[in-house]
Amino acid sequence: MDWILENAFLIPLIPAVSFLVILLGGRSVIGAERVHKVGITAVGIVWVLSMLAAVSWITRVEDSTSYKSDDAEHAQIAVNEGLSAASAGGLDGELHLAAEDDGHGADGGGYATTEPVISEVDGWWSSSGVDFAVGTLVDGQTVLLLIVVTSISLLVHIYSSEYVKGDRRFVHYYAFLSLFTASMLFFVMAQNLVQMIVGWELVGVCSFALIGHWWEERPNTDAALKAFLTNRVGDIGLLVGVIILFGTFETFSIDEINTKIGLASQGSGPHPEHFALLMASIALMAAVCSKSGQFPLHTWLPDAMAGPTPVSALIHAATMVVAGVFMIGRLYPVFFEGFSIGTSSINLMAFIGGFTALIGAGLAFAQWDIKKVLAYSTVSQLGYMVMALGVGAWTAAMFHLFTHAFFKACLFLGAGSVSHAAHHTFDMREMGGLRKHMPHTYKTFVISTLALAGVFPFAGFWSKDEILLGAYEGQEGAGSFLFLGQYPLMLIFGCVVALMTAAYMTRVIWYTFWGEYRGHGHPHESPKVMTVPLWILAVMAVVAGAFNLPTPVLEWAGLEGLAHLVQTYAEPTHYLNAIGLSHPPPSFWLALVGLGLALAGIAITFMYFWRNAGPHGLTERNRYAKAGYTFLEQKYYLDHLYTDIVVGSIKRPIARAANWFNDNVIDKVVNTAGEGARDSGRWIYRWIDQGTIDNTVNALGTGADSGGQGLRVMQTGKVQNYGSLLFGTAAVVAIVFVIVL
Amino acid sequence: MDATGFDAWALTLAVFLPAVGALVMMAVPRARELELKMIALGASLATLAVGVYLLFAFDYGNAGTLQFGVHKGWIDAINADYILGLDGLSLPLLILSMVIIPLCVIYSWEHIPEPGNAKALLILMLILASGMNGTFVAQDLILFFVFFEVVLLPMYFMIGVWGGENRRYASLKFFLFTLFGSALMIVSFVALYFVATNDAGAALNTFNMSELAAAAGGDLARGTQAIIFAGLFMGFGIKVPMFPFHTWLPDAHTEAPTVGSVILAAILLKLGTYGFVRIALPFLPEGAAAWAPWIGLLAVIGIIYGALGCLAQTDMKRLIAFSSVAHMGFVMLGIATLTPIGINAAVFGMVAHGIITGMLFFLAGSVKERYHTLEISRLGGLLKSAPRMGWILAISAMASLGLPGLAGFWGEFPAILSAYEPGAGLSEGLFRTYMVIAAVGTVFAAGYLLWLFQRSAFGEPKPEWEGHTIADVNRYEWAAWTPLIIAMVLFGWVPGLIFGMVDDVSIGIAESISAAVGGS
Repeated sequence: MDWILENAFLIPLIPAVSFLVILLGGRSVIGAERVHKVGITAVGIVWVLSMLAAVSWITRVEDSTSYKSDDAEHAQIAVNEGLSAASAGGLDGELHLAAEDDGHGADGGGYATTEPVISEVDGWWSSSGVDFAVGTLVDGQTVLLLIVVTSISLLVHIYSSEYVKGDRRFVHYYAFLSLFTASMLFFVMAQNLVQMIVGWELVGVCSFALIGHWWEERPNTDAALKAFLTNRVGDIGLLVGVIILFGTFETFSIDEINTKIGLASQGSGPHPEHFALLMASIALMAAVCSKSGQFPLHTWLPDAMAGPTPVSALIHAATMVVAGVFMIGRLYPVFFEGFSIGTSSINLMAFIGGFTALIGAGLAFAQWDIKKVLAYSTVSQLGYMVMALGVGAWTAAMFHLFTHAFFKACLFLGAGSVSHAAHHTFDMREMGGLRKHMPHTYKTFVISTLALAGVFPFAGFWSKDEILLGAYEGQEGAGSFLFLGQYPLMLIFGCVVALMTAAYMTRVIWYTFWGEYRGHGHPHESPKVMTVPLWILAVMAVVAGAFNLPTPVLEWAGLEGLAHLVQTYAEPTHYLNAIGLSHPPPSFWLALVGLGLALAGIAITFMYFWRNAGPHGLTERNRYAKAGYTFLEQKYYLDHLYTDIVVGSIKRPIARAANWFNDNVIDKVVNTAGEGARDSGRWIYRWIDQGTIDNTVNALGTGADSGGQGLRVMQTGKVQNYGSLLFGTAAVVAIVFVIVL
Repeated sequence: MDATGFDAWALTLAVFLPAVGALVMMAVPRARELELKMIALGASLATLAVGVYLLFAFDYGNAGTLQFGVHKGWIDAINADYILGLDGLSLPLLILSMVIIPLCVIYSWEHIPEPGNAKALLILMLILASGMNGTFVAQDLILFFVFFEVVLLPMYFMIGVWGGENRRYASLKFFLFTLFGSALMIVSFVALYFVATNDAGAALNTFNMSELAAAAGGDLARGTQAIIFAGLFMGFGIKVPMFPFHTWLPDAHTEAPTVGSVILAAILLKLGTYGFVRIALPFLPEGAAAWAPWIGLLAVIGIIYGALGCLAQTDMKRLIAFSSVAHMGFVMLGIATLTPIGINAAVFGMVAHGIITGMLFFLAGSVKERYHTLEISRLGGLLKSAPRMGWILAISAMASLGLPGLAGFWGEFPAILSAYEPGAGLSEGLFRTYMVIAAVGTVFAAGYLLWLFQRSAFGEPKPEWEGHTIADVNRYEWAAWTPLIIAMVLFGWVPGLIFGMVDDVSIGIAESISAAVGGS
């Protein structure tokens, strides 16, 4: 049953092969108009494999849960686990037992831990006599991402076959979709940190290639470069963070690092230096900021919308941008200890997440481009996830990642459908009234908006509620501030963002689908190949919340068994139980507050647009309102700071100054030395050799001549002259050396 | 250690086969160009065949010891012997050299630069090959020095005769600069001969490199070692080139003909870094420890400074040339840490830089041939005019900026990693600062390479090229480039191929350094 978990490398391998097939044989063998079938088939297979992996993993979790109660099975599973531990190579079996015997579910030992499945091959590379392995690590978190990535990728592959049809680079488009899928899948099953870096960078390259898909136009390539370079800035943090972790734990293995921290926090292993963990966490946060669009490195993400819209849905909303969130989740023990998440009431991660959520939501109000609204919304929602991780709500973050992937992909593909219909524009000022022309797009868009806004019972409601809950309840035994819980500021941020999200999304609905049509031509509904993926995603936007329902909701129906599925099956209990991560009990009141805020946001916007109430035209009348709006419009001037001031100064004055220094100072010394030697040679030759001593000191003259007029010697090409001169000089200096020393 | 049978001849063949080819070519009249090319190709391929034999016959379990050894008397008067040997450090570089030369011959098939004369150009290439191969396997200091210097003249002529407009200045600068370093280097060699001792304090009076390495400085005082190291530093550092001795490089590269640039970047620069690892570090461990902080400093200055230089360039070839300064900075940073992982990274970096920058110079040459200019502002739309060439440029640029999955990453990342914990009692705080600066350098690398790519390959072709046909990659170019592209990807995914060879040697060097430094 565990076959697919142990051979998970097949999952990224299949789309990788598809990439090569499309790239090399796309035009010649397969035919340009048929390449999408290769891509769809490959991702389809991978989707099935991922589902199999999910089933295998759930079975595995069930087995390890029953292992607590059933002694006979205990032996059997112990053997199995022994094998997998052995295949993990160098992992100390005892460590695992120690962690398990503690049976330390913070919920009161609700479930046992389930070991991840690690398969690896030694000798990928080696240094100092240590072999570094390459392999796969599959656990609940990996499986969750496998499902998200393959599902969205499959739908985007299908949707694109119509959306990108007839594109100038249809073949390249599908090749890179496949490569992206492969890289992302490679990333989520990385067994060690170096592999993680590899996957991390490869998805970045695919993003670069797809943002710049229409590279004839300068703005697109500018956006692609901006994305890549901003991510490179974050990668400094990734490299440094990984290096610090390697320096601290002397291994790249994710499993070993997590396990060692777990043991330390249980007092049964040596404590890693807290300062090192803190520095590693800070450095890795920089990487998260760039990849997952967190303040202050989020600025590339809205520009990345220059790429084709299905790409925005897949890469810049549902999957690649959550790589940072995934990485935090993957190395959660590091961050948990490094930022003291369990005991603090504010920390860097929670603050960056919360603040990003807030500023992203703010910017979403000032956009006219529908994709940019969605992009800032993505920034904001990613901030929510990071904030969730920052307050210790691991499950809530991953659950939100899961639900967000579906409804945000649906919104992006919906925006694509709108643009497909309305003359290829994304400007909402040229839309309007589209609900009559494209009912399927409209309905799915509204459903996803409700999900994003967090309206009961749509998916976003459940996951957002858990994040607020996490901020409020925090970790067991941690302090509480007034009535605002462990992380008061995060709770406030979360609530404000909930309100804003509902409001800016309602604004989008108004401008796009209501009022009168303001664009050109006759808008029409998109074909089935586009609307069916929309409907599938919309259905997920409704039901995805069911994957982690709180127990009380299900109790009355007698379905408690189906509660907390994500928590039960996706959480890497093997690592998280050891650091004592707890799960807060559900709160009816908090859920009501979240829902109230969402409805209030919708209601306010509804009154403003539909009923024309409120301060219309305030930004024209009021100086301060106008300044505020401009500030938002200019995206807090961050782009100016980065592009014009930082990059501009490095590219122009600083680089030119360095070059001037090179040519006029360093090189000047060289040239002056050369000329000086030549001139002195001439002088000696003329005045001493020829003029004064002439024939008597031929040897000296030759020496000076050769030294100064090396040009002549070399041009005659007399190697012997040169050699003898060199040996002669060397011998003289060597003698000096011997005497001196 | 002396080998028997064919093994005893293998390295000699590897070194002198190209020279024999050159001799044969001298006898063939200049007009019979095809035959001349065939001979050159044959000689370089035969050399490569020896290399393939060496790859298979090499005992990887014993990569730390010299294999295929030859030891014969040579110049008894100065106690210099003919000693050759191959270990895990020499092997990857020797193979790199053996691969690059036939590729250059193939590329030259239809690309003989002005003023023509394929015969002379190819002969020079073969002489270069002998010199470079010899340098990588010589195990006697005088022999090493001779080979090290043998490469100078052919390259001087290559730049001086087939170069661009400013070739005289560039070739002379190249020659004199390197010669200056060599003069100081030979002084250090001679000094080593006279003052190097074994642990008992007895003078060694030998040029035998393995004996000098085994002595590891003997009981030489740290100050003495540092002075002798200074001479080696100048000799090798100029060749690398390290900031601030790098100014010959952009000129030489810009003016050199394409194959000249390729050989220069791919192999000649490695003679310097190889010298550090083979000679300077093991012979003078304490000198190395004394100099390491300064080498590290110059290395990271080189990384940032080279990148800034790149950003300021308007000429594609000069930009690539400047990028070598930055890349060799990573190599030197790895060496300066005096750790096995740093030395491994350095050797990987040498090979990767050889492959990638060699490829970039090939591309620059082909772009120049088609556009008759390398002015970046006049290029543009290469992906449209010659899509395959644009793609190859994209892959090479990505490899050069250190993208994981391609070769460049494995020179960069472990080098940065090694600076976290330097060896031989070096200051952690200092090297961690270097680590962060080097990591910042990776952003700059991405900046100048992608900027170059954006301006030359993206966008629409410039109006001035309307009506011109820009030919895409031709078959000679495919033949010359495909192995390099494959190598980029292969080493990107299977880095163990090189790390596995080098590791034993690196461990040996690092251990002997820490033993010597710790013991004093």
